[in-house]
Order: sequence, then structure tokens, then C-alpha cells
Amino acid sequence: MNEIITTKKMKELDECIERNKMKKGPLMPTLQDAQRIFGCVPKEVQEHIGKKLNESYAKIKGVVSFYTMFSTKPKGKHIVGVCTGTACYVKGAQKLVDKVCEVLKIPYGETTKDGLFTIAPTRCVGNCGEAPVVMIDEDQYGRVTIDQIEEILNKYK
Amino acid sequence: MNKVKVKINEQFVEIDHHLTILEAAKELNIDIPTFCHDERLNPTGSCRMCVVEVEGARNLMTACSTQVRDGMVVKTHSTPVIEARKGILELMWANHPNECLTCEKAGNCKLQDYSYQYDIDPDSLYPRLDSRKYFDDTNRFYTLDSRKCILCGKCVQICAELQVNGAIGFEDRGIDTRISIKQNEEPTDGVIDPYTCVSCGNCVNNCPVGALMPKSKEKFRNWEVKKVKTTCPYCGVGCQFELVVKDNKVVRVDPVKGGTNDGLLCVKGTFGYKFINHPDRLTHPLIRKNGEFVKVSWDEALDLIVEKIKETKDKYGANALAGLSSAKCSNEENYLMQKLVRAGFGTNNVDHCARLCHASTVAGLATTLGSGAMTNSISEIDGTDTFLVIGSNTTETHPVIGSMIKQRVKKGAHLIVCDPRQIELAKMADVHLQIKPGTNVAIANGLMHVIYQEGLYDIDYIDKNTTCFKDLIEVIKDYTPARVAKICGVSENDIIKAARLYAKVNKAAIYYAMGITQHSHGTNHVKSMANLALMTGNVGKESTGINPLRGQNNVQGACDLGALPNVYPGYQAVTDVNIQKKFEEAWGVKLSNEVGHTLPIMMNDASNQDIRLMYIMGENPMVSDPDTNHIKKALTNLDFLVVQDIFLTKTAELADVILPAVTYAEKDGTFTNTERRVQRIRKAVEPQSDTRPDWEILTDVMKRLGLKADYKTVEDVFNEITSLTPIYAGFDYQRLNENGMQWPCPSNDHPGTKFLYSDGFTKLGKAIFTPIHFMGPKENPDHDYPLILTTGRTLYHFHTKTMTDRVEALKQTLPNNFIQISLNTAKQYQINHNEFVLVSSRRGTSKAKVQITDTINDGVVFMPFHFADGANMLTNPALDEICNIPELKVCAVKIEKC
Repeated sequence: MNEIITTKKMKELDECIERNKMKKGPLMPTLQDAQRIFGCVPKEVQEHIGKKLNESYAKIKGVVSFYTMFSTKPKGKHIVGVCTGTACYVKGAQKLVDKVCEVLKIPYGETTKDGLFTIAPTRCVGNCGEAPVVMIDEDQYGRVTIDQIEEILNKYK
Repeated sequence: MNKVKVKINEQFVEIDHHLTILEAAKELNIDIPTFCHDERLNPTGSCRMCVVEVEGARNLMTACSTQVRDGMVVKTHSTPVIEARKGILELMWANHPNECLTCEKAGNCKLQDYSYQYDIDPDSLYPRLDSRKYFDDTNRFYTLDSRKCILCGKCVQICAELQVNGAIGFEDRGIDTRISIKQNEEPTDGVIDPYTCVSCGNCVNNCPVGALMPKSKEKFRNWEVKKVKTTCPYCGVGCQFELVVKDNKVVRVDPVKGGTNDGLLCVKGTFGYKFINHPDRLTHPLIRKNGEFVKVSWDEALDLIVEKIKETKDKYGANALAGLSSAKCSNEENYLMQKLVRAGFGTNNVDHCARLCHASTVAGLATTLGSGAMTNSISEIDGTDTFLVIGSNTTETHPVIGSMIKQRVKKGAHLIVCDPRQIELAKMADVHLQIKPGTNVAIANGLMHVIYQEGLYDIDYIDKNTTCFKDLIEVIKDYTPARVAKICGVSENDIIKAARLYAKVNKAAIYYAMGITQHSHGTNHVKSMANLALMTGNVGKESTGINPLRGQNNVQGACDLGALPNVYPGYQAVTDVNIQKKFEEAWGVKLSNEVGHTLPIMMNDASNQDIRLMYIMGENPMVSDPDTNHIKKALTNLDFLVVQDIFLTKTAELADVILPAVTYAEKDGTFTNTERRVQRIRKAVEPQSDTRPDWEILTDVMKRLGLKADYKTVEDVFNEITSLTPIYAGFDYQRLNENGMQWPCPSNDHPGTKFLYSDGFTKLGKAIFTPIHFMGPKENPDHDYPLILTTGRTLYHFHTKTMTDRVEALKQTLPNNFIQISLNTAKQYQINHNEFVLVSSRRGTSKAKVQITDTINDGVVFMPFHFADGANMLTNPALDEICNIPELKVCAVKIEKC
């Protein structure tokens, strides 16, 4: 955990907390900041945020474990999301998911050993016209077929 | 209040418009099933079990969270309702293990009861889900089995809204959702982390199913037990609970709703009963023969005691005898002890450990207001606008009152905490004045200075109710915030802010404890509190007042019943000829009008051999009193020492005769709690072995001394008390039976007194302002002893641990004597967290485990007083001149590596 939590990152988080404190609901934006800064929100960070915002750990843990955008373990450098919303699902998204798992050799939801990719469970991304959709970080790929998967992933290696 | 008319199942009811359908149905004795509902919580409607049909509504409505409307027509048991409830139960059952056969909750489980009531088929249409497999047994007192959880969320709410701890939450989402509890990860050593479980068990006591269960080795079924309502034997809150008994053994504690604690308990109340059947209990009278304790008969032990009493009295006079009564024992037993000493020994040398805790309160408030007790009631916390909690670590020492204050603060009340440590309450306070130990008078004067300068005092109240205000102004004018900030080590602005928060609201209440009283000028500290409250008109009104929190279950009662050297029961002076005559007539003997010696003076007398015989009931001065070495010398110097207790305490080890008494669970009687409420205790189990209740033992001794003592039951003793004690005159067991009653209660048609001085200060005419200058503690840090030691209590132990040390889980939670120290101070001495160090004062040395913490200032250290050879090896026996309370809160120490 030592590499994840550094003094520098903690300082950045504290600055965010100070800014967020002014807002009406400071917890969500702070957790989002933490996720961005650390790449995850480990227990120590949750406790730290709890102390600073005077919020119970039980509640913070509840929020972190509820939303898929937060994770307690570090995510990979690139987040691979195969949309499994209704439209994409109908258009064969499950087969794409299976292919991604096969290529990256990890189960759904996990991170590759080299820390390069995480397969993130993904619901509708709002681009149903292009179904099935695959997202890698902020990039979207539409009408993806199984054959294209390896090629797309290779771009990020 | 708007009333509305509602029709439920063809019956009409007229009720307040802000009530719910559930409450309306209750009026009509219609039972609607619930899992998550509790009348103390905000309704969430999360379990859906209480759904009802409301005419005109599209869906079924949850009765617990739907307010009534005029003309509403409700059906609570129609076919759609029954079908819906069945559906809910079937879904719950599909994800709940079929273990009723072995589940300890059986017979007390709502899921089981409703499943039976609604004819649920155990092999119902839904496939078994069994999604939750989480089992948490990390807590020492209870387990969480999430397989049995129905996710009603009651525990989450109770922890957040009632206990106000927030340690419980929901974790994960969807089908994987489960309850998770933030537990302490290491042995706590008394550290209370915020938002972490404090094992109060309030969630366990309210779980409707078998998910949260107390850890217990006892096998029992809920239909095999009997329940006996009684009063908790720990702190002064006086929580009401039921002892659950099987085969003459207490197997569980269930809180009682309504009344003093309204269903809340702390870790000691819920789980701290196992000492009752502990194998260490004293079982037979013991006499020391050739240095060894030998089992003897009661006759032999009592005959010896009586012989020694007579012999000592003949040889050295009555004042060579003394008795120590007990704040743990009942009112009746305290009455008998002081009667034994006064009528049997012929001296007023009777005292008890209130001398070490609230003697200064009794002295300080009686002379300024008229009565030395908490002015207001626990239930009034819910109306207070600003709390000033000073010298009280309430959430640990009086946990249920602490929770009630937290509840009120959550609702918007202000909180000022004044304490040398950043205690739990300080974390939610508007202002925390982290003063140097022993500077209470300065801070009070500083607050009054600001209040006076800003014109925030209540001049009408002062004119009408008080005297000597001018004298007060003369003194407080010199206590500018700047000067006080310097004396106390706090910021000027915080003083000003606190003064405004306290004085500007309508109802401000002071809550204090040992941080105020245990000083060599303790009486003055108390009087300062009175000044502050009087100046702002905060005495004699609901939800205000000066509220000394009494530490032990019956320390208020022990004082009330005259276990003090200067007064008979009901604070009637021993020097008053008429009073003396009254008691002489009642008891049929001549009595002394000479004020007896206080506990610390008795100890001096004993070491000088001016006192030769001491009878100690349920007290442990070898641990509780300051300067243990001095106490040991005193007690070993006695010719004859009788100790009556339930365990072989450090004090009992020095005795010549030990008499085995019974615990609170094995006897009847009454305790008086901190709010002056006299409450019943009731026998739940038969006394073990050859033990006897204290009142029976004392009666026997009295009879053998030739005194009149024809008490067949303990109620006979109580009736004698009421006949001689005006403040208790209107009580009898029948009237006390339900919820107890609060003194003063002068006659049997008087309802008891919720808060004092509502009709002004009738006893003194007017309340008296006492101008007080700040004087520091007697011992200050210097070159040889550079640190200030302050002492106190912790959540997991009680007093000298006689009981809590025999509850394994409590003992494990806080096994070691510890010392809290700041990071800087620790660095200065090059000591590490969890290292053992030697702490020394001019009087002795103690070993303690280091806790480095950011809750204490540099140069100040804290130790609990529970441990033998602990803090009281070090404390300073310097006495307050007025009331003889020792300065347990401040002394100078040094630290060395082991």
C-alpha cells in the first residue's frame, strides 16, 4: 500500500477536501478526487476522509462499496469497459466481454498483473446507436466485433 | 394540536395529525407487524412488513412512515395486505438459513413469529439464495451472522440515531448488500476511536432476528427463562434492565424502554453481568488465624466482630471506631451502616467514597443553592439549547447520558466541552476549551467576565433570586479573556465564543464530574459553576441547571442516607439538638453530636492509631484512595479490620475478618441515581453458597450489639428510612415500583421533584454568589517531576475493577494500566507507543503502558485510576479544607524507561 499512499498524494487530497468542504455534499466529490489521485480509495484513505469530513467510516465504506466507480484496490492504467446495457447486450456484448477476458487472461472485474488493464463492469454509456460499445478510458469504439478486440487492446500496450 | 379522524378496520379513532397509521392502529390495539420500526427512531419503512391498504391510494402504504389524514380509511389485514406480507416473508426466508432448530434467537425472533403467524411454507416457491455468507466474530461481546440478517437497517439507525456512534453501515450493493460494523482492530487498551463500535450492545438488544447475538456460553431457550426488572449496578445513570435468569443464573440482560435510560445501555450494562457467578466470589466468612484466612461459621465471625467492637470501645472510646459505607450498596444498607456506626459504635465516624468524588459538590451546592445534588433530570437533556460539559468524559463515565447529549447536539443544540483531553464529546463540540488541569475556576471566571462585559447576564433573575452579585463582579472583572487564556492555555476567542454560546440561549445546562470536584479547592470549583449558572438564570428552569454526574450506582443514595460524618439521613445535621433527639428517640440510644472524621482523616487517624477498628462495607480504599502507600500503612496499623465484600479485594486482603456479601442480583432494595431518582432493585437469583445480603449482615451485627433491629424484610428498613428522612418521606416500595421517583418527596401525595428550585431557593431564601479567585493545584510540575498527571475513568472498567475484572471480555478489552501522552512529550523521553514505562511522583511509582495520542496536550499525561498499583500510587492526598476531597486530578510526575 505504501506506493499508493504518498505524502504528496495525501497533500493533494487534503487540498481537495478543503475545497469540497464548502460544498453541500462534500463526500462524493471527495471520494471522486481520491479515486483520481490514488487510483483507488483504500481503507486508510477512507478513514482519513472520515476524520476530515467528520463522517463515519461505516457510511464512507457503504458509499465506496456501492458505486462501481470507486474501488478499494488500485485499478489498471487503462480501464476497459464493455457496455452491457440492454442495447449492447442484445447486440452480443457478452461475447465481447468473454473475448476481453480471454485476451487479457483475467476474470471480469479484475486487473492484469502488469497493472496495465482493468476490466470494469460497465452499464449503458449512452451511445446505443453504436452498439455494441467498448470504452477504453475516455475512448469509445462503436459496432465492435470479436475480431477487433485484440487490435483495440494492442493500441494501449 | 390538530386532531384527525381515521377509520381502521371498521373502527374509528381520533388522533393527532402528525402521528402515523401505525400509532393510530396501536391506539385501537390493532397489531401491525414490523421489523425495522422502533418508536425512538425516524421511520424509514425499509422492511415493508407494516404495509396496509389505504382507500384511494394506488399502492399499499407503510404504516410506520405514513402520516394519518382526516377521513383516512385503512385496512390492516385485508387479503392484498396479507399476500404482500407473505411475499416479504418468503423473500426473506429464501435468503435466511433454516436453523431455527439450533438458533439461540428462537422464541424471541420476529421472523420466526411472523412466519408462523402468516403460514409461511419453509419450502416456499423461491429457490434458496443464501447470498450473504459474512460472519464477524471479531468483537469480544457479540457476533454478526449476516446469513440471518434481513437488512431491516434497525442496527444502523440505532447506532447512528440513539447511540450516536455511527459504527454500523450497509456495505456493497444489490444482492450482496450486508451490514458491516467498524470494529477496533487491536486490543483497544481503552482507546475509543470515533465512529468505531463501543460494544454498547444496543444493536444486539434490538435485532429482530438472530443476526446480532451476544457471545455467550450459556445454553437456554427463551421460553425457559424468567425476567426480573432491576437497576444497573454500575454508574450513576441508573439504567433499568431485566435480568434474564435460567436455573438461578443470569444468562442475559434486556434493557427496559421508557424510564431513565429509555432502552439504551452501555457495554457494562449489557454484557457486564458475568461477575455474579464468578468462581472468585467470596463464599464463606473468613477469619485470619496465624496469618491465613480460615473458613468459619457466620456465628463465629459475627461474635468476634461484636467482641472486638465492645473491647475497642471500652478501651479507647467510641471515636476509636469507624465505618466505611458503600456507594455500591443499597439505600437500606447505607442507612443500616450509618445506624450501626452512630447507634452501635457511638460515633459519627462514618463516611464513604463520595468523599473522593462529589464531597465538594455536596458542600459547594448546599451552601450556594441549598441542596447538593443534580438540579435537573436526565429526560430534560432533550430540551437543552447549550451544554457546557466540564470535567466530565461523559460518553465513557456515564455512557447513556453521553449518548443523550450527543442525540440532542445532533438535533442542533450547542456543545461546549471544557476538558484537558480531547474526549469523544469534544470532537462534536462547537468549542473545546482544552484547559490545563486544575484551572476550572479561571475558565469559569473568564466566561463570566465576558458574559458581564457583553451584558448577557439575566439581571431580573439575579435581582429576584440571588444575593452578593456585586461581590462577584469585583472578582471577575480581573479575569479578562487574555489573562484567562494564558492561565488555562486556551485561545481568547474560544473563551468569548463559549461565553456567548452559553449565555445567549434560553436553556443552558452545565454537566460536570470529577474534573471539577477532585481538587484541593474542589468546593470552590463547584461554587464557580453555581456562579456561572446563577448569573445567566439557568437554575430552577427545565432543561438547565447544574448537573453533577454521580459516579456510582448509589453514591447519591449513600449521601442521602447519611453515610457522611456530619449528617443523618436526609442531610440533617448531627450537631442539631432537635435532630439528634429525633434519632435518639427512634433508635432508642444516646447519640453523639460531635461531627465525625472524614475518610482521609480517618486514614490519618488509623496510621496514628487514633482509630483502632474499622468496618469497611463494599469499598476498596487500597485502590480508590490517593497515595496507596499511605492507605496501606493506615489499614495495617489497625487493631481490627472487618471487610464485607463480594470479592477478595486489595483491601480485603488486609482484613482480620472477611464477610461474604451478595451482588445486586441477589437482593432487594433501592438505589438512588444521579438525578435523585430512587429506583428498585429486585432479587433475581438466590445468594450463592454461604453469602448473605449486606442488610441482613448489618442487622445481625446490630442485634448482637443489643440494638433494636427487627427488620424482617428490606422493605421494613426502607419504611424506617422514610419515617426519619423528610426528603424521602413520601416514598414507599409501591410508589417506586414502576419508574422510581425523584426526591425531594415530602409526603405520599407529592409526585416527586423533576427539577429543583422551581419555586426559588426556599431553603436559603436566596441563592448566594460566591466570588472566587483562581488558585492553582497544590502540586505543580517542577524540575524533578516535570509532567502534570491527571486521572480518570474509562468505558470498559468500573471504579476499582472489582466487578469488571471478573467479566472476561471487559478485562481483555482493557487489560493494562496505561498512560496517555502526547507525541512531543513521548519524543522528549524517547518512549514508544505500547512500551511499558515507570511513572513516579513524590509518593510512589506505577508501571503503565504508553499510549501516544493527539488528544492530550504536551506536558500533560493521563492515567485511569482503576488499576491496583496504578494512578493512586502517585496521586496527591492534599485535601480541600472545606470538604476534605483529595486532589486526585492533578499531581506532578516523571517518566522513566522500565
